[in-house]
Amino acid sequence: MARAAVRGRLNWMLGEVVELLDETPRVRSVVLDIPHWPGHRAGQHVDVRLTAEDGYQAQRSYSIASAPEDRRLVLTVERLPDGEVSSYLVGELRPGDSLELRGPIGGYFVWEARMGGPLLLVAGGSGIVPLMAMLRHREASRAAVGARLVYSSRSWEEIIYREELERLASGPDGPQVTHTLTRSQPPGWTGYARRVDGAMLAEVAWPPSHAPTAFICGPTPFVETVASALVLLGYPATSVKTERFGPTGG
Amino acid sequence: MRVDGNAMGGMLSEVFAREVTSARMACDGCGKVEPLGAEHAYLQAPGMVLRCRHCEQVLLVVTRANGAYLLSFRGMRWFELPAEP
Repeated sequence: MARAAVRGRLNWMLGEVVELLDETPRVRSVVLDIPHWPGHRAGQHVDVRLTAEDGYQAQRSYSIASAPEDRRLVLTVERLPDGEVSSYLVGELRPGDSLELRGPIGGYFVWEARMGGPLLLVAGGSGIVPLMAMLRHREASRAAVGARLVYSSRSWEEIIYREELERLASGPDGPQVTHTLTRSQPPGWTGYARRVDGAMLAEVAWPPSHAPTAFICGPTPFVETVASALVLLGYPATSVKTERFGPTGG
Repeated sequence: MRVDGNAMGGMLSEVFAREVTSARMACDGCGKVEPLGAEHAYLQAPGMVLRCRHCEQVLLVVTRANGAYLLSFRGMRWFELPAEP
């Protein structure tokens, strides 16, 4: 049997960049056409590998932003200071380029409509990406599952998917979306203007009595603060799933 | 910096040729059972280190060098991989 046919083996494959979308000044979505993509579940990630002309390779993990129902795979990438992979993906990649990747990866931090809810999603910065895949999947599958998103950004301009979130939230049975802006707020802002904390979650998250499933994604300190706060509010630790951004985010 | 075991999924798929972040294990230090994706991972060490999310005991170390994968399972009592991937 060909090695490629072994079920579950992840092979490196080539995707073609068909479109690049500027989400914020530092964040770009890469829309890929990947022949023989095996499909994915919301919350999964891929490994992206860049190879220089001299053979040097650099590899990073990026969350999938698109829903399983979408025709094309979308990665949303934040340019990090000194990020050797992210600066290439955000700054230099062009439509028509090829990108080497493998995936989908992960069976733990995933949500499918049949798993039910309600859902509590808590995002810090570009931690919104895998949670957006869940919201897009919820919308595409018309899942009758309540969803609440608490999303921390530094400023109004840095909210990724801002218009799409507004559209989703205003629809019938749309998710409840709560923004907090930690560094600067537009004139007249009446929303939260501090880091996510227990008091905020007590106001806007599902009470534990609704038996919600929580997905938290963001920088490591953010994720650990939110996870601890939810457990203090009474969420069972097994109902809180985390995805920390670490040094591989570069 | 600490991340989740989930981040080791790509590397471990090279070894196990399947998705393993849902595989469960028991910590040999505190006995707690968790899926790999929920444990703590450290990727900046030489190789990848998985630690127990409850007691931080080293569960698994994976390195790749000299054309081989080297895995140390020293910190876990058992590792459960579903028969059907």
